[in-house]
Amino acid sequence: MDLNILWFWIIAFMFIGYFVLDGFDFGVGMSLPFLGKDDTDRRVLINTIGPVWDLNETWVIVAGASLFAAFPEWYATMFSGFYLPLLLILLALIVRGVSFEYRHQRPESEWKKWFDAMIIVGSAVPALLWGVAFANVVRGVPLDADFNYTGTFFDLLNPYALLGGLTTLLLFFTHGVIFVTLKTEGDIRVRARKLAFRAGAATIIVAAAFLLWTTFGFGTLASGVLAAGAALTLIVSFVANLRGAERWAFALMAVTIGLAVLTLFASLFPFVMPASNDPANGLTIANASSSPYTLQVMSWTALIGMPVILGYQAFSYWVFRKRIGRSHIEAAVH
Amino acid sequence: MNEWLDPLLLSRWQFGLTTVYHFLFVPLTIGMALTVAIFQTAWVRTDKAKYLQLTHFFGKIFLINFAMGVVTGIVQEFQFGMNWSDYSRFVGDVFGAPLAFEGILAFFLEATFIGLWIFGWDKLPKKLHLATIWMTVIGSITSAYFILAANAFMQNPIAYTINAEKGRAELTSIGELLTNPIALAAFPHTIFACFMVSAGLIISVAAWHLARNQHFETMRPALKFGMWMMIIAGMGTTLAGDQLSLVMGEVQPMKMAAAEALYHTATGANASFSLFTLGTPDGVHELFSIRIPYLLSFLSTHTFDGTVEGINNLQAQYIATYGPGDYTPTIWITYWAFRWMIALGLLHMLVAVVGLFLTRKGRMPTQKWVWKLAIWSFPASLLAMTVGWVFTEMGRQPWLVFGLLKTQDGVSPGVTGVEILISLIAFTVLYGILAVVEFRLILRAVQRGPDDAPELDEESGDVKHAVTVY
Ligand code: HDD
Ligand code: HEM
Ligand code: HEM
Repeated sequence: MDLNILWFWIIAFMFIGYFVLDGFDFGVGMSLPFLGKDDTDRRVLINTIGPVWDLNETWVIVAGASLFAAFPEWYATMFSGFYLPLLLILLALIVRGVSFEYRHQRPESEWKKWFDAMIIVGSAVPALLWGVAFANVVRGVPLDADFNYTGTFFDLLNPYALLGGLTTLLLFFTHGVIFVTLKTEGDIRVRARKLAFRAGAATIIVAAAFLLWTTFGFGTLASGVLAAGAALTLIVSFVANLRGAERWAFALMAVTIGLAVLTLFASLFPFVMPASNDPANGLTIANASSSPYTLQVMSWTALIGMPVILGYQAFSYWVFRKRIGRSHIEAAVH
Repeated sequence: MNEWLDPLLLSRWQFGLTTVYHFLFVPLTIGMALTVAIFQTAWVRTDKAKYLQLTHFFGKIFLINFAMGVVTGIVQEFQFGMNWSDYSRFVGDVFGAPLAFEGILAFFLEATFIGLWIFGWDKLPKKLHLATIWMTVIGSITSAYFILAANAFMQNPIAYTINAEKGRAELTSIGELLTNPIALAAFPHTIFACFMVSAGLIISVAAWHLARNQHFETMRPALKFGMWMMIIAGMGTTLAGDQLSLVMGEVQPMKMAAAEALYHTATGANASFSLFTLGTPDGVHELFSIRIPYLLSFLSTHTFDGTVEGINNLQAQYIATYGPGDYTPTIWITYWAFRWMIALGLLHMLVAVVGLFLTRKGRMPTQKWVWKLAIWSFPASLLAMTVGWVFTEMGRQPWLVFGLLKTQDGVSPGVTGVEILISLIAFTVLYGILAVVEFRLILRAVQRGPDDAPELDEESGDVKHAVTVY
């Protein structure tokens, strides 16, 4: 296998890491108005992701930097082409990140209300827009011969992409709520399970529509199989939640997200950014990648670095494995 | 087109604004991680409650600041592609690698272990918990190295060949790229400068409390610690800065000439360093100046009879090499930025030395002005840091990658001025608001002073309850 093909799949892996992990952070953030009845509840919710949201978010930084290093042309085209959506994502990630840290700094409820709102918006906006962005990549965008995007912001808001955005929004929402069932105790856990049921039903319908459109509009046999797998695990996860098998529901949700990302990458292959106006202007794994030497250097780094990273991240999740309840918050605040 | 909507100008403003902003928080992250780690180590080794109090107190300030470093950093990572896509296409093969290394080897480390440190007080045994803050220190310093190596390529491009068919630079040796002489000198210089900034913070905070005769038992040791750290880090910064001048004079003579506003080539005693100059605004004519002979020669060559090339001469050489154009950076900025960086740094080391003398053997100065002066340590060191970067980055102009790619050729061709104006305004407004919020929160945490030490488990000596919850 050529190294640039390997890197195509490594990039896919990094986005899977990002969407699976930060995906539930987004979901928890969006669940504040639904599950957080009072301030203590909301603190319970935020503290389920407190120790890990930063490392989860780092996945997108590493994915972005790896894209830059392994596929500079892809990075340049996508990031300049999707200028305004990415701006919105950045602004959202900024307000979300500072809110986690600043929300608890003052006791006034007025102060907390502001940061709650920013957490909710800061979680929903990226959850929606990452779907829009990736659906547009799969669908193809107008590119000129130098691979520069020639469309406008509004061209990015086509029905297929919006459906993609709605899919990731709902998927992450459900994923986050299931994470809450896994990480909390008491009343909030019961409520989260109920919410996961309703959200899960909606997700199944929307995700099925998006996966079908992807498969028949842009897919291949392989991507179709992956899409079917994603749909199946999503449904099984839904059933697992119904039966109170929280770990299974969560694990299957993670698999669903992984398979959905793979579906998108498999329908792209061998393109990385197809041109909707003229296939010859499209970016492929071959013409977008770095030189073999750079890819080799990157491969060694990833090969040595990734196992260590996965090791200490697993350690962190293990340290914070206990459920959190209202009593923990009250004890810590005195 | 309307000149206000020039994508190049707007992108430059945006990049400058957002990096300077990012780098207001980064030095504190790097410096404070180390100080907090030192305080915590002192606690673990001596079991003295005051060190635990100091750890929590400065730890809180560190965390308020840390969040800002993280969220503003993501912007930087994305901006290369968003605003400088032609630059990204041109250098991605070379420049992307250190950025990816930074993420894989440093950011993950930092982000994981900071979480363990913040929330792990009651979950990890004392020593393991201490290790998490040291891992954070290692992560932050490693990240600085890689980003500086990336930046060094822009100052002094090496380890590449040009692929004419693809129209881009390609990496030839990762080892060479990571040992760029500019990176080797800029790294200690920047890291020591970061330590100066955090020393400045500790001095300012301690002085504020001591001037009010409160928290004597924690703030006095903190003050002493801060002053020693300032002196040691200051010496490190100076030595490394001296080395950096030498390398810079070699690889970017135009920047050295611009630092001194030296128009005509000078040798030996004529290669003097001006402390202060009054002249016409464009810097071409000098009305009044105070000069130290030989110093410029020494800075750029480490000899007293060296020759320092002048701007006029270099401009002519560059035209011969690179074709017609203006190869001179904005002189008044480079000239004054360079001086302010050095002057502020030396000044603060002086303040620390005098401070150590005044507080020797348990003495405490009573004069108000001494404390007032000390409180300026932090803002002054942060300013020195910032103008240092302004000098470095503006002194590189008109090049984005020195000698290879001009700034005007790096900007994204497909992004319109309106879009960049929107983002520039959005960042300015949001960053402005956050700056106020962050400043007030830090001020509040500082003024509240250290809390009592948290409850400890009697047997193991570990902390009993979570110290921080969100
Ligand atoms: C507290 C901050 C501070 C202090 C006291 C100093 N510097 Fe500095 N300087 C920086 C903070 C800084 C910086 C912000 O960290 C820079 C920007 C780029 C870099 O590598 O470090 C810098 C850049 C920088 C450069 C430009 C490098 C380049 O463009 O490639 C030179 C030549 C020096 N410094 C030299 C000095 C000397 C000779 C100093 C003292 C005698 C000195 N600096 C004190
Ligand atoms: C962290 C400290 C840094 C600060 C404070 C800083 C500051 C600046 C400033 C003020 C500018 C605007 C210059 C101008 O437009 O004339 C600029 C430009 C730029 N810098 Fe830096 N810089 C820093 C580090 C870096 C690093 C580490 C890199 C690369 C990895 C970098 C890459 C760039 C680029 C691409 C531009 C845009 C082109 C330009 O306008 O010059 N900077 N920076
Ligand atoms: C001398 C220049 C710079 C140094 C020393 C530096 C160092 C740091 C540090 C210590 C942090 C906080 C650590 C963390 O969150 O894990 C940080 C955050 C960040 N910086 Fe910078 N930075 C510099 C300039 C830049 C530039 C020019 C970029 C753009 C490529 C950048 C990208 C980032 C990113 C993406 C983050 C967020 C990391 C995270 O979420 O963990 N930095 N940087």
